[in-house]
Amino acid sequence: MQTTFPQLLLKHASERPSAPAMREKEYGIWQALSWADLATMVEQIAAGLHQAGLRRDEHMVVVGSNRPRLYATMLAVQSLGAIPVPLYQDAAAAECVFPINNAEVRFAFAEDQEQVDKLLEVRESCPLLQHIFFDEPRGLRNYDEPGLAAMDEVQAAGKAFAAIHPDFFKEEVDKIREADVAAMFFTSGTTGNPKGVVHTHDSLLNRARAGADFDKLTSSEEVLAYLPPAWIGQNIFSYAQWLSCGYVVNCPESAATATIDLKEIGPTYYFAPPRVFEGLLTSVMIRMEDAGTIKRNMFHAFMSVAKRCGPALMDGKQVSFADRVLYALGNLLIYGPLRNNLGMSRVRVAYTAGEASGPDLFTFYRSIGVNIKQLYGSTETAVFVCLQPDNEARADTVGVPCAGVEIKVADNGEILVKSPGLLKEYYKNPAATAEVLSADGWYHTSDAGFIDAHGHLKIIDRVKDVGRIKGGANDGAMFAPKYVENKLKFFQHIKEVVAYGDGRNQVCVMINIDFDAVGNWAERRNLPYAGYTDLAQKAEVYGLIKDCVEKVNADLAQDTLLAGSQVSRFLVLHKELDADDGELTRTNKVRRGFIAEKYQPLVDALYSGISSQYIETVVKFEDGRAGKVSATLRIDDAKTFAPVKAAA
Amino acid sequence: MTKKKIGDVILDVKNISLAFGGVKALTDISFNVKEHEIRAIIGPNGAGKSSMLNCINGVYTPQQGSINFRGQTFKHMNSHQVAVMGVARTFQNLALFKGMSVLDNIMSGRNLKIKSNILWQALRIGPAEREEIMHREAVERIIDFLEIQAYRKTPVGQLPYGLQKRVDLGRALAMEPQVLLLDEPMAGMNVEEKQDMCRFVLDVNDEFGTTVVLIEHDMGVVMDISDRVVVLDYGKKIGDGTPDEVRNNPDVISAYLGTSH
Repeated sequence: MQTTFPQLLLKHASERPSAPAMREKEYGIWQALSWADLATMVEQIAAGLHQAGLRRDEHMVVVGSNRPRLYATMLAVQSLGAIPVPLYQDAAAAECVFPINNAEVRFAFAEDQEQVDKLLEVRESCPLLQHIFFDEPRGLRNYDEPGLAAMDEVQAAGKAFAAIHPDFFKEEVDKIREADVAAMFFTSGTTGNPKGVVHTHDSLLNRARAGADFDKLTSSEEVLAYLPPAWIGQNIFSYAQWLSCGYVVNCPESAATATIDLKEIGPTYYFAPPRVFEGLLTSVMIRMEDAGTIKRNMFHAFMSVAKRCGPALMDGKQVSFADRVLYALGNLLIYGPLRNNLGMSRVRVAYTAGEASGPDLFTFYRSIGVNIKQLYGSTETAVFVCLQPDNEARADTVGVPCAGVEIKVADNGEILVKSPGLLKEYYKNPAATAEVLSADGWYHTSDAGFIDAHGHLKIIDRVKDVGRIKGGANDGAMFAPKYVENKLKFFQHIKEVVAYGDGRNQVCVMINIDFDAVGNWAERRNLPYAGYTDLAQKAEVYGLIKDCVEKVNADLAQDTLLAGSQVSRFLVLHKELDADDGELTRTNKVRRGFIAEKYQPLVDALYSGISSQYIETVVKFEDGRAGKVSATLRIDDAKTFAPVKAAA
Repeated sequence: MTKKKIGDVILDVKNISLAFGGVKALTDISFNVKEHEIRAIIGPNGAGKSSMLNCINGVYTPQQGSINFRGQTFKHMNSHQVAVMGVARTFQNLALFKGMSVLDNIMSGRNLKIKSNILWQALRIGPAEREEIMHREAVERIIDFLEIQAYRKTPVGQLPYGLQKRVDLGRALAMEPQVLLLDEPMAGMNVEEKQDMCRFVLDVNDEFGTTVVLIEHDMGVVMDISDRVVVLDYGKKIGDGTPDEVRNNPDVISAYLGTSH
């Protein structure tokens, strides 16, 4: 079937003109936009952009949070055969320079004053950028920069143009082929410049359809669009699948109200990275600890029932009658209200991906009746590679290959993928394209893993990160940093971990505590602290973290392959790792190499055996100013365990 | 970047003197405020800034002098009359209803604009309901403007101080004032909260064309956002002009830094 994004829009507009396509909460009320109104808006914007000079095959930057007009603009750009390039709305101005220049961008859509200021700031380094159109005029009344105009004006001009040329829009849409480029996403990239991942209408819509068929999504789903539009996951869930299925996408009132809006909308199809699920779980746990005795005891009693039989019930397995009755009672008293509070009362399918999620997290949501599952994919594969079927969800795998996907494991353990959703290329970077896309059509994921006995894919780490211990007791043992880091991160008191060990004689880690969880823990123990840095260096906190590390070590000792990755020494960092300081990527993954350079004295101290080290670091504030943070950090040893030999 | 249209004199204060018994709070103060400008009143502690604002606001009645507002001259004003004429204010020490939600607090600022009588409102019938919806919309626009959507239903007492100040501003804005009197809007705030508040004051001035008269201690803030500044010291006016003029005024420097003898 020949289809493109704008064609899908026109299809919905003609088949179900008055059905809601999007809702946005504004002035305290959910305002609906029908498919017909959306199509009209897109037509007007497209005509306006055409008049402003946007040409076929040209890139247009789109930056802002999820709002109907941002989505309409992406559709309008695609209708003209041009290519929308969404950028992260929280990226610093300097980070926008490369994408804008790389894609030779002349036109940009900016949500508000903040984004306009950012684009104006980089204008000097981006000589091609001529036109900046803003959605929200607030605060921009007195700007008189050349090329700056309101979307209202663009749309009004387009409306006038469309009145004279009523067939213009339809003709433009008909010119688009499914093999044409539909969008370009810049990958955050842990090293070097970001790369523009080029996707066609076909690759995105094919995968959107495959995912929708897998979970039997219909036009009656409700989705809350709260993740950055620049991320391909958001694009698939709230754009490609939205147009493919014709369901309703809801835009929150503001970033701060997302949890309130989630509760009001009660989405049926929900996607969040593990950190969002973790955050919700942590806040529930903290609030339960602060609740009254009766409530707290009831919660714990019923949660243990849920843990015992909830996941089994969800997977349709045999459960004793008594447990069924208890679970039903728990559902009435605890699980139901809890689901409602989390905004997950109506969730039919919830996905998490991007990072490994812990078994506790997984069991918690499944036990209270939220059908949380994992999937595997990346920007380059248009998300869907592997998905977990409804009754086979597990924390340690990422599911079975979905329709159209072929998977094989290379000799070095790397996962190779063949799928209709693969990227066309990296924009203007044939060398990088050739590196990941072999001539016979296999995409190199650079993830190491294997297919387990049930046909599920299991990921261990990035291929390049899997290292070897050199020297010491575990000489030559395999070291998978991400695997160790994730195991530690599954503890609610630990927020971020950086593990080192490749080419060294032992594994050492630097840990970021979770300020909310540890802060609350300290308060309940009457442990006074002055702030993050102070709390992080408390001896009691070191004791708490040491317990976590040793539990992980005991766990790793069970695994013959990874027993050598046990953690010998650790320290708790005095500041939170932050994307603004370049320590995390924009999708919150640790940049191990960069951190090792930045905190060189700490890494040296970990391996030199001393018990404390002074460190001074520069931190960047959101407005671009820099400051200094310094502290003397403790370094502790952790107990390691002898590997458990498999019983013969 | 900003090219503001500053209009004619909207508020003219002439020869105001105010004394409490033997204490002379204000002595012969004259200054004017032009339409659409941001006018700051500064001065050391006890200089008479709040007294000045209270005279304009009708809380105090000066013994001498007159206030001319939009061509009408008053010997003294009363608070209700002032509000009806389109002058709203915020308070140095917040005077919000702590137990009421943000929404209700801001709604209370619409009080003067509600026409239907109390019985109709209590029963919420016919025109009263329509009117309430209209006012609710106006309040929602203010909530949107001040970016406090997430706290709409939160009791004000539970909010951090910086947000309470914002609600206070919201309630004043609900009156759709022509002149907004702000009594130390940034007092007790941290740098980030101050920046936010500055932006809101500038945006109010810019978006709605509201004339702003503000008292502020933070000199950085005053010099950055004001069009003109009046300086008081011991109840007397010692300077008046643009921020640059005031900054270089020797009397002002000595009042703030002291003089060497």
